[in-house]
Parts: sequence; structure tokens; C-alpha cells
Amino acid sequence: MSATLDQPDSTTTTLVSKGAFDLDWRRVFNTGGLLALGLCFISLAGMPIGLNGRKLIEPVLSLGYLSLLWLPLVIGWTVGNQTVLEGMAATKRGPRDIVAGAAVGLIGGAGLALLILLVNNFDLRDPLVNWSPQLLEVLEFDAGDKVGRTGFGIGLWLIASTTLAAFGASLHLMPNNIRKAVIAATLTVISFAVFETFVIDVVDFLDDLIYAKRGGLKVWSSIALGVIAFTASLSGAGRQVGAYKQAYQANTGPSKRTQTTTLVLVSVALLIVIPMITGKITQELFANIGIFLLLALGLNIVVGLAGILDLGYVAFFAVGGYTTAVLTSPNRGDSWPDWFPLMPWWGALPITIVVAGVVGLFIGAPVIRMRGDYLAIVTLGFGEIIRILFLSDWLGGYFNGAQGITNVPPADFGFMEVKGTDPRAVFYLVLVFAAISIYVSWRLERSRLGRAWMAIREDESVAEAMGINTVNMKLMAFVVGAILASFSGAIFAAKVGSIFPTSFLILISIIILVVVIVGGMGNIMGVIVGAVVLIGVLGGPKQPGLLAELGQYKLLIYGALLIWMMLQRPEGLVPNARRSRELHQDEFLQDAWLKGEVDTDDEDLPEGAQA
Amino acid sequence: MTTAMRARGAGRTNVDRFLTLIRVTLVGLIVVGLLAFIAQQISPDNPFAKWTHDGEAANRLTWAQFRGLVVTGVSQGAMYGLIALGYSMVYGVLGFINFAHGEVFMVGAFTGFIMSNKLDEAGWWEGIAFIPAVILTVIMCTLVATATAVLMERVAYRPLRGSPRLIPLITSIGVSFFIQNVVILLFGPGAKSYPQPPAWLKEKHTFLEIEGSKIVVFVVAAVSMAGLWFLVERTKTGKAMRAVAEDKEIASLMGINVNRTIVTTFAVGGAMAGIAGILWGLVFKSVIATTGFLPGIKAFTAAVVGGVGNLGGAMAGGLSLGSAEALAPLTLLEPLGVSGVSQLRDAVAFVLLILVLLFKPTGLFGERLSSDDRA
Repeated sequence: MSATLDQPDSTTTTLVSKGAFDLDWRRVFNTGGLLALGLCFISLAGMPIGLNGRKLIEPVLSLGYLSLLWLPLVIGWTVGNQTVLEGMAATKRGPRDIVAGAAVGLIGGAGLALLILLVNNFDLRDPLVNWSPQLLEVLEFDAGDKVGRTGFGIGLWLIASTTLAAFGASLHLMPNNIRKAVIAATLTVISFAVFETFVIDVVDFLDDLIYAKRGGLKVWSSIALGVIAFTASLSGAGRQVGAYKQAYQANTGPSKRTQTTTLVLVSVALLIVIPMITGKITQELFANIGIFLLLALGLNIVVGLAGILDLGYVAFFAVGGYTTAVLTSPNRGDSWPDWFPLMPWWGALPITIVVAGVVGLFIGAPVIRMRGDYLAIVTLGFGEIIRILFLSDWLGGYFNGAQGITNVPPADFGFMEVKGTDPRAVFYLVLVFAAISIYVSWRLERSRLGRAWMAIREDESVAEAMGINTVNMKLMAFVVGAILASFSGAIFAAKVGSIFPTSFLILISIIILVVVIVGGMGNIMGVIVGAVVLIGVLGGPKQPGLLAELGQYKLLIYGALLIWMMLQRPEGLVPNARRSRELHQDEFLQDAWLKGEVDTDDEDLPEGAQA
Repeated sequence: MTTAMRARGAGRTNVDRFLTLIRVTLVGLIVVGLLAFIAQQISPDNPFAKWTHDGEAANRLTWAQFRGLVVTGVSQGAMYGLIALGYSMVYGVLGFINFAHGEVFMVGAFTGFIMSNKLDEAGWWEGIAFIPAVILTVIMCTLVATATAVLMERVAYRPLRGSPRLIPLITSIGVSFFIQNVVILLFGPGAKSYPQPPAWLKEKHTFLEIEGSKIVVFVVAAVSMAGLWFLVERTKTGKAMRAVAEDKEIASLMGINVNRTIVTTFAVGGAMAGIAGILWGLVFKSVIATTGFLPGIKAFTAAVVGGVGNLGGAMAGGLSLGSAEALAPLTLLEPLGVSGVSQLRDAVAFVLLILVLLFKPTGLFGERLSSDDRA
């Protein structure tokens, strides 16, 4: 990380002051053009129309407008970013930053204004589906009569874009604590608005108190929330939490074990209690997060620990689901012999695990020696082959082709029946399996096997030279990953009550990959965070998240997130320390060199070199 | 790589034995299938055919059907080959699989849809005006696809140069996903139909009875291939591309602008994919945002079959993949008594990929990789 510093260290860096209008115009125009393009694209993709129904702050802000307004803010912030290299001259912060932000915002707003004019005067609805009067209505704020409103819309967008970008840029000028407080306030208000269903589900009385009847926060309550968050942040609440965290991380003594146990026990207790007091929607959400978390934990072992990019991971999910369905449902295909048993869900589970493991071996063995990128495509091919086979007429006698296997009975445990209509039971079952998976991943990571996987990930040839049987170890990763995915498939079968080939598209592999990568490859905590944030807020391929309105835009966001993460933060939100050092080795070396701490031995990087 | 492994392990491991088992089984199945096909062609009610078809006689494939399958397969294969060229070139130069290359092809097909519909409204998509209209469409598709590929390189791949190999691959998956959804959101999720082409494109011509549209495919593919060959083998740009593929550092020491050459590679690959896109549109007459996915993967398969980095190999791989995909269901699987064989077409391509990687990982014509890959 070449250090992006806001207050550059004055001992090594000289500051140059420049006049307020002495801007890097080329950069301003480029960024402004980018902003304009972004705004026009979001408009033409139909986000403002499609998301307008979801109110965030009634009646001021809807998700549709937020989909446009965040962009100038963020771009305004980035235009003020400076890459300050140690020993190089940097520009002093000042009004110049705000002017640059405003200029960028103005150009962006002008782009959107141009779009409004074009939509008003030309008809391109033929290829572009969102080139429509509805778009105009939203962009012109649905204000008054036809004549005046275009001007009104254009003017308002110009002002809004300029102000927001200038505000974004001005964040750089604020003292650190104020900036943190402003960000905290904004995030709090938006989170409360986004998590509306969840908040109401947990704390019922807040519904009438802070939320409006038609959804969204009331204006005064959003202001109140913002002020509370602002003062809380200023008074140092965040610092307090950070101090606890640091103390926990710094603790290496024997009391750390007790602290960890307490933390885990408290979170498990919370997870057991929360679904009891919430409504169906939250329970369903938790259950979905859990199912995807199970998948992501498995993929984390394959991709994150062993470094094998398995794009056909959904195949194991499918195998788990289909095996369970075949073993439990009376509606399975007719070709199964009569002696083939029907059994309860928990009886089928061991068989499902064995089948998934064997399929993992079968798929793994031919691909394990291929180069990493070939392996990715071949596993993708296997994922497709398995889906095609389940869908085909050829095996239709066994798996019913496109009709799928219906009537999968609930998983009956005597005291609890796990079925789709009872998401809470599903969640508890998922919780048990997630706990098992997390424990297994955690122990594996620190085992001989786990270390072998990481060695393979870092350098296969060296690992082999060190005496690791790379083929067997990689196969093990495949099998463990397959088994974890089959848990998820088995629960999915019981939850949905029917299994169709269309439930197992390659899309799922990719979404799980995004979850693992955004969270942080090779880090269990990261995977959990990734699953909660992505599946919880955006939702799975067919399962709605908290922003259920996102619908068709969800996949676009997943794609954009994946690209952005790979470019900016390939180690994920919650990085694995070792993995991130692997990814940024050059930069660590460079930083160390600049600080004059360079060692002849690459391996001996100073710990403090993490910028 | 495999030889090194074999040299290392004097004793064969279980994985080796298992792989041998898979190889033997696959070859056995292919041989039995072919024999069964020949037997079925000679006498449809031979005992084996009766056994595999539950006591009924098999269907003999007529000459006309067979010819139809070959023509379809080869024309489809020519398109796979055109797309495969892009994979191959980028792999040769940068050493990573541009997973999003299939989307460049899809963007080409989409541009073709928009252009052809606009030209159709203007009355150009029929009669003699059809020829300039098609040429115009091909040029537009090429331009848009090239722009997409170049933009992709600039935004997503250039910042990642020199990072671990899987990072650009994962990014390209993201790019692919992103472009697909951009197209869905901008143009709607449904299938888009091309306008009806003039009659001679639908009629069958020559003694081989090839549909006009497929003749267009062959001609355009041959011309593009020749153009590409000329570019790579006979021009300075091509020489630079080959040099960069061989060794980036030495090439830059020789005064070659490596960055620009990489962009050119993406552009040329994108142009080929764009041409494949409009051809796809002319043959199948419809396009949807997910059109790029399967042909993209199959084209990658074709590139591997022919040997990655080998341009002639990519085309040959495409043609063989297309033919295998068209022929295998009816000449291998059907005689073995598999029902609903047409559904298994896509699986054939992937099995072929696995076969090639199991038997000859360097492809039929050998890989041409840069020095850091060979190490």
C-alpha cells in the first residue's frame, strides 16, 4: 500500500501550497466525465425508477435517488485523494480541494442534465428499455407541470451533484474526529433506513416511533439519529470499542482463551435468542445467510486455504441436495430399484456426506494437476455437466429432469421439524452445522493439513520440495469443501421441500466466490462477515436480502463489487494477515526500503511495514 | 509439467492409477460408441443396438442428416474458432484466461442486433442493399467489440499486471458478470430477434446443400483468419505481439512498447469476437445477454484443444470442437442407448476439454507460451 495519507508525516514530506483555482484540470475533467458517465449509466439502467418504491427517508430520499446521489459524494472524496509517497512533495490541503470537488460535481451534474434534455427530445426507447417518460418523471422529481419541470430538474441535479461532490472533497479538510463523526452519522441514518424490516422485527415499538407509515425513516427521526451518532462518535464511543478490540488483540496471556470463549458463547447465545423474538422475515433472512455461509466456508477451504479456484463448487451443493432428496422423497424418479431405501433426513445425512466426498474425489482427481487457471475452467465445466445430467432425460428416470424431485419431507428431529414454513427451525439447524463447519475450518487451518494447504497456495513447487504431497493435500481440500457444501445442500432440500436443476446455476458458485473474496479469503471471520453483509443486505441469487427491492440490480452490484475488491483490496474486508502479506509483498518491500529498514532477506519483513 | 511429475514419482500413486482408469474408460466408451454406430449404420437391428435400445432397432443416420450435422458443426466451430483466437492471443501475451472474452462476443452480437434492426427499419436488410448493410454491421460490431475489449483491459486488467495469476482471472469473472448484467439492465432481459434476412440466406446452395447464412460464416471466418494471419506474421505490429508473447522484458529492451502491444492484442482479439458475434446473430437470429457464456467457455475449450497461444491451433480446435459437439450426440451417445442426446451437447464440449487435458495438456498443436509459463 503506497501510503494514502491525509495528514502526511511532515518529517519526511514537504508541503506545497497552491492557489484555490490552481487545479489539475486534466484530472478534474477526467473524473468529472467519469462521474457523468456513471450517473447516466445508473439512470439508463433504470435504478432510479426501479428502486424509487423503497423509501429511506420519507418523503425526502428513496433508494432510487440514493442510487444516484452516492456517486458524486464518493467521487468527490476520491478527487481529493492524494497518493503521498514518502520523500516526495505533497500539496497542502485547502479550499482548492473543495473547488476541485465542486468542479467535478458540476461536470457530472451537467452530464445528467444533458441526459434529461436528450430523453426529452429524442426517442431511443427501442434498444434502451429505460429511455422512458418514467425515467424523466423520476429525474425531474415529478415536479409540477411539463414546461417548468425540466428546468427545475436540471437545476436541482446541478446543485445536488456539485454540493455533494464538494462535500465529499471537504471531508479531507475536516479534523479527523469530526470527519469520523460525520461519516458515522451518515452511515447510522442509512443503516437504520436500510435495515428497517429487521429493526422493526426485533424492536417492535420503534415502528411507529421513528419510521413513517409508508416505509422509511421520518425526517425528524433521521435527524435525531444522525445527531445521536454524531455526538456519540465525538464523545469517543468508537474509540472505546477500538480500545477494547486492541486490548483483546494485544492480549497473549492465558486470559485470552477465557475471553475468546466468552465472546463465542455470548454470540451463540445471541444467535439463539434473536430468532425467538423476531418475526418470520428476519428468521428467513438468517436461514438464508446460514445456508450461504455454509457454502462459503467450504469454498474458503478450497480457494482461501489451498488456493484452488473451484468455479464448479455449486456441483457439490447440487449433489448434497439431490442425494438427500433421492433418499428421503417418495417422489424421486421411478427407475430406482425397490430395495433402495427411503429414510428420514438425519439418516440420509451420512450417506449424503459420503456421496459428496466421493464426487469430490472423482471431480478432483482429474483436475488436480492442472494449472490453476485451467482448473478453474474445467471445474466450471464439471459444474455445468452435473447440472446438465440432473436436467437430462437420460437420467430422468432417477432425477425427474426439469420437473425436479418434489415432496422432500421435513427433517424431523422429534423435538423440532425443519421445513420451509418454519425458518426458525431451519436457522437452528444451519447454526449447528455452521458451528461444526467453523470449528472444523478453524482446527484445520492450524493443523498440519492446513499449513500444507497454505504452503501450496503460496508456492506449489516449493511446497512440493518441502516434502508435501501436493496432489493428496489438494484432493483433501476438494473433499472437505465438497462435504461442507453437501451439508448446505441437504439443509436446502429440507428447507425448500423440492429440488430442481435450476436451483443450481453456476451463478451460485460465483456469488459464493464473491462472498469469500469480499469477506477475506482464507479468513473464517472474513467469510462470516462477507456472508452476513452480502447475503444479508443484497440477498442470494433468488433469496431476497434486506434490500429486497434490489432484485435485478443485485447481480450487477455483485459483479462490480468483485472487480472493485480485486483492484483495490484483494485481501478482502477482513484480511488474513499472511494472505495480505502475500498479495502486497512488493509494496511492503518498497515501504521498508523507503524507511531504510530494508533487509537483504525478503522473508524478514518488519511487522511494522504494514502501512 | 506432467513429464516432470512422472519422473519424480517412480512409484505410481493412487491418483495416477485412478487417472489411468478414467482414460481407459473414456477411450473404451468412445471406441464402443463408434463401433456401435458403424454396426448400426450397417444393420440397424443388430443385437447390440437392440440391447441398447430396449429391443427396438436403432435409427440409421441418413447421408443427408450426417451432412447436415457436419455443416452445422463446422459453421458453429468456425465461430468458436474466431472467439478462441482472442483467448489464445491474450493468453499468449499475458498468460491469463480472460474469462470475460465471451462477453465481448455477446456485445458484438448485441451491436449486430441493434444495427440490423435499425437498418431493417430503413429498408436496407433485403435485396441488394443487404450486402452493404451487412458489411456496415460487421464493421460496427467489430468496432464496439474492440472498444469493449480495450476498455476492459484498461479498467480491470492493467492495474493487476504482475499480481498473482488467479487475481486477474477472478477479476475477469467479475467483469464477465458485470457486462452481462449491464446489458440486461440497459437493453432488457428478453431474447432479441434479428430481422428476417433475405431469402438467399435461408436457401440451400451447392451440391453440399449449405444454407446461405453458413456460407457467409465460412467466407467471413476465412477472410478474418487470413487478415489475422497477415497481421501477426507479416506486419511490424504482429512481430511486436509475437515478441511480447515470447518475453515481455526482452521485448521492451528491444524498444517495443509493451503496453501498447498488449492493448493491440486485446483489440484484435475483441475484433475477432465481434465478427463472431454478428455471425452468430446471422445464423441463430436471436441474442440474449447470456449468449456469451457457453460459447465463451467452449471457445476457451477450443483454444486448449488446439494448443493455447497457437493461432492456427485455435481455429482448428474450434472446428474440431464444433464438429465433435454436433456429431458426438448422434454418432457416439445415441448408439450407446443414451436417450435425449441433444440435451447432452453442451456436456460433450466439456468432456472433450477434460479428454484433451488428460491426454495432451498442451493441445493438439502444442502450446506457445511465454517463457515465464514454461518454467
